[in-house]
Amino acid sequence: MTTTKTKKTTPVEKKLIGLADIVIQSAERSKDPTFQIPIRALSNVSFNERKGLIEMGSKKQERSFFNVGMAKRFMQTVLVADALSELQRADLTTSLREIYYRTKHTIKDSHENTFDAQDESDPVIEDLEVSLATLREELHVSAENRGSIVGPVIFGDDGDRVDCSKLGKGGYSVPSIVEPEYLEIRRCTADFLLLVEKGTQWNRLSEDKFWRRYNCILLTGNGQPPRGVRRLACRLHEEHRLPVYVLVDNDPWGYYIYSVVKQGSINLAFESQRMAIPKAKFVGLSSADPERYELPRNVGIKLNEKDIARAKELLNYQWFQKPAWQAEIKRMLASGLKYELDALANKDFQYLTKKYLPRKLKEKDWLD
Amino acid sequence: MGKKKDSASDTEDTESKSSAPRATPEPVAKRPAAVKPAERVTAVEMGARQREISVSEFFTKNRHLLGFDNPRKALLTCVKEAVDNALDACEEAGILPDVTVKLEVVSNGGPVAPSQANRFRVTVTDNGPGIVRQQIPRIFAKLLYGSKFHRLRMSRGQQGIGISAAGMYGQLTTGKPVRIISRIGPKAAAHFFEVQIDTKKNEPLVHENKQIDWEQPRGTQVTLEVEGKYQKGRASVDEWLEQTSIANPHVKLIYGTPEGETKEYPRTYHELPPQPREIKPHPYGIEFGMLLKMLQDTKSHTLSGFLAADFCRVSPQLADEICKAAKVSPEAKPRELKGPVAETLYKTLQETKIMAPPTNCISPIGEKAILAGLYKQIKGEFYTAVSRPPAVYRGNPFIIEAGLAYGNRPQDQNKPQQPAMPKAEGEHEEEDSELARVIRYANRVPLLYQQSACSTFKAVLSTSWRNYGLTQSRGAIPGGPMVIFVHMASVWVPFTSESKEAIADYDEIQKEITLALRECGRRLGLFIRRRERAASEFRRRNIFELYIEEVVEACNRLKGGTLPKQKLKEQLQKIATSRTGGQKTDEALGKTGTGPEGLPHSIIVTADGVEGETALATQVESSQGVVASPVEPDLLGKPSPSDKPASKGKTTKSSRAKHPPKKTTAQSDQARLFSGDSKTTKKSSGKPARSAKTAVSRKSK
Repeated sequence: MTTTKTKKTTPVEKKLIGLADIVIQSAERSKDPTFQIPIRALSNVSFNERKGLIEMGSKKQERSFFNVGMAKRFMQTVLVADALSELQRADLTTSLREIYYRTKHTIKDSHENTFDAQDESDPVIEDLEVSLATLREELHVSAENRGSIVGPVIFGDDGDRVDCSKLGKGGYSVPSIVEPEYLEIRRCTADFLLLVEKGTQWNRLSEDKFWRRYNCILLTGNGQPPRGVRRLACRLHEEHRLPVYVLVDNDPWGYYIYSVVKQGSINLAFESQRMAIPKAKFVGLSSADPERYELPRNVGIKLNEKDIARAKELLNYQWFQKPAWQAEIKRMLASGLKYELDALANKDFQYLTKKYLPRKLKEKDWLD
Repeated sequence: MGKKKDSASDTEDTESKSSAPRATPEPVAKRPAAVKPAERVTAVEMGARQREISVSEFFTKNRHLLGFDNPRKALLTCVKEAVDNALDACEEAGILPDVTVKLEVVSNGGPVAPSQANRFRVTVTDNGPGIVRQQIPRIFAKLLYGSKFHRLRMSRGQQGIGISAAGMYGQLTTGKPVRIISRIGPKAAAHFFEVQIDTKKNEPLVHENKQIDWEQPRGTQVTLEVEGKYQKGRASVDEWLEQTSIANPHVKLIYGTPEGETKEYPRTYHELPPQPREIKPHPYGIEFGMLLKMLQDTKSHTLSGFLAADFCRVSPQLADEICKAAKVSPEAKPRELKGPVAETLYKTLQETKIMAPPTNCISPIGEKAILAGLYKQIKGEFYTAVSRPPAVYRGNPFIIEAGLAYGNRPQDQNKPQQPAMPKAEGEHEEEDSELARVIRYANRVPLLYQQSACSTFKAVLSTSWRNYGLTQSRGAIPGGPMVIFVHMASVWVPFTSESKEAIADYDEIQKEITLALRECGRRLGLFIRRRERAASEFRRRNIFELYIEEVVEACNRLKGGTLPKQKLKEQLQKIATSRTGGQKTDEALGKTGTGPEGLPHSIIVTADGVEGETALATQVESSQGVVASPVEPDLLGKPSPSDKPASKGKTTKSSRAKHPPKKTTAQSDQARLFSGDSKTTKKSSGKPARSAKTAVSRKSK
């Protein structure tokens, strides 16, 4: 009931302790202890057309202890809550993987582990984020740093001044937590922000000093952008009014990355508000580009069954219902081919920097 | 007294009765197809060589017919004949048998290991009525002398040949006489005899005859010295005695092994089997020749009188009808009935509708006694027994009884205390490929040889045990830790061969065995399913209990270490228990330790359903309008010292009274079982007190 008097209990910690109270009260009444956890799936998200965001619905799933299918999950949830509250008390920030190791042990008198792999503990943390309505940052949990930024922007990170225009071609590694308390945007003179799916193409643009010539910020998440990258893009967009352009491969996964940046993801629909950039634009690679830029057919890759199935799923998503998008996806399906950004090198090593992007930006050839 | 092989007896019978000179095989064999006419033997010469063969001589040469084919089997046969005689005598005299069997190695030189020895002394002592002095030599040293041959009644021995044949075998292999001590009561003297057989005359030779002091007030002791081989395992003396004790739980058996150990098979059923009545032959069960002989031997002066008096189930009216149908005068003299007339009479007898023979000539072991026997000797978790109503084959009444003992012995169960790996759904404690064992009995005597030729074995194979939750490969014995008990009781058990080793395959018999096995199987199926359910509940509970500790610890840390941990843990455990079938799960798995006789893993099922739930069955029964006998509610009430033999007797009687040979009752019995069980599933709380009581009743002092 009482914590150490020396430190104030944080609101997050109070929420975590609330879980223990559920268990205690249910036990008192001989009831099955049950947590209500919002469902993170397509069935529980809706597209808010006015805001241009994917929002989470109100559907919840019950996680009960005395149900063979859920008992282990329930136990894991309580263990993770305990580890998180420990972080709160010690005021430490840690990684998902460390949480996994902290909570992993063999259950007494058995050969069973509390967690067998990290992919068991990660969703539990997400569950807690959602059900306690807290941000991961508030839980003091960070993901691995993934993503780089380069361009005319100056950050303050733990008191250090980080000028991203003076970091060579490597740029600044985007931390996983970029909330104002952790990362301060001191100055930003860029005109727009280009979010590149692939690290290799980001390297190309950075090496060619594309950002200098077009006065922009180059950002990559090395694939599906992690939260830090998305949140940072969102902050730059909101705080410095930077238009955001997204450059991805021409395949269903590229489309989806764009949609996540723009409207938010299904899994993290509860964070859309903080992360989505409804005004983001899709610059390429479009399924119309091979023809327009005269890419030979032989640099395309045949769509496999998974690609086709995924593309058909996208066609059904509410946020892909604009006619231009329907046409875009259908064109790809009709051609039967997908193209990587790297394929542009077929024409010239610097084709992306020197020809493709300048022409795109000049012609304002993008999708909304 | 002794027992003897059937066909052997037939042969013997004709020979001794007719005394007809019969061509011995030798002269025939010595006639190598008349090559030289000079060597022809005249009928007179042949006649000079033709002479009577004594029974004893015949068996000296054909000892395999009596079960003395090899030294190991011979040793078993000697023990068997002596024990059968002892039990028959005790039961007929109404004495609860105490039988001691002792095997000793006889060596000429130094000590010999029992497994190497080839000569044994077999001593069998009983507390029976004893034998009067004059009869002792003839009973033990004259073949075909005894009391059981001339009557139609269920008993172990039949012909009066077994023990004397065993003596003869001893005499043949070791030259030692049979030694007998017998005393007919505490006031009479004990007589000691040493007898041998005069194989030529089939007459006893008394070597020694004196009065001695004997510590036993009454009884008989036989000592045989025979050539034999002692080897444990299948079809051994040890196995035979063990099985005997299963089917005869009213017997106290002490066995001194050749190794010098003493095994005791205590008495677990304190009531003698009811005395079987002697019956007259049933017309359907006789052969034509037998009818002719009966016509000659009868004391009646008229045919109708003969039919009514010498057969069972033939009333004077029916006798007249038969005579009329056969177109013979009812007043005809039986002795004068011969040839075609007799044949017509025989045919008419077979065609006339005659009531089935009375069944009081058979004494089944009884469900309770089978349970007691199985429970005593076979360690398992589930026992059941079924006595079928009497049935008839070829005019011979018979009763089939079957029993099952299922489950692991306690020591096997204790082994996997802590399973090394968490078990997945449907995964079991190591799959063992053990097959069930079938133990067979005819008139309470274990049958050890020729299993696959036996009707009982065939019935076991043809039963679909898979329906009852067991594994069974096509055409094979079911798998699992199980013993299947089958007993046939009859005035005349049809053996496939003279060696009395397998029961013949009559349709009526096979049908009865199958029905009994199915009923056992159904009850086993109920038990297995119930336990599976409980086991799965238990697995669930284990999962919860495993996690409770973790959850409590984590909650405690969340609450800053101030939680009353023990309280929370107990509350959660209570929920876990109630959500996994509660107490009932523990009971079904025998975890409460209230199983019978401190054996925590036994559940016994009788015709009344699962024991401890009989009260329910009775309620169901009375609600069906059947008047429950006044004894039962008493018995089924609170645990009381009502488990003494007296009240047990009542139970037996009342339950037997409910078993007249009518199919309808048998069916209502089944209905009772099932309706009882369906009630059971609805009932939520178990009753440890009841099963504890069950334990006491099983113990039966």
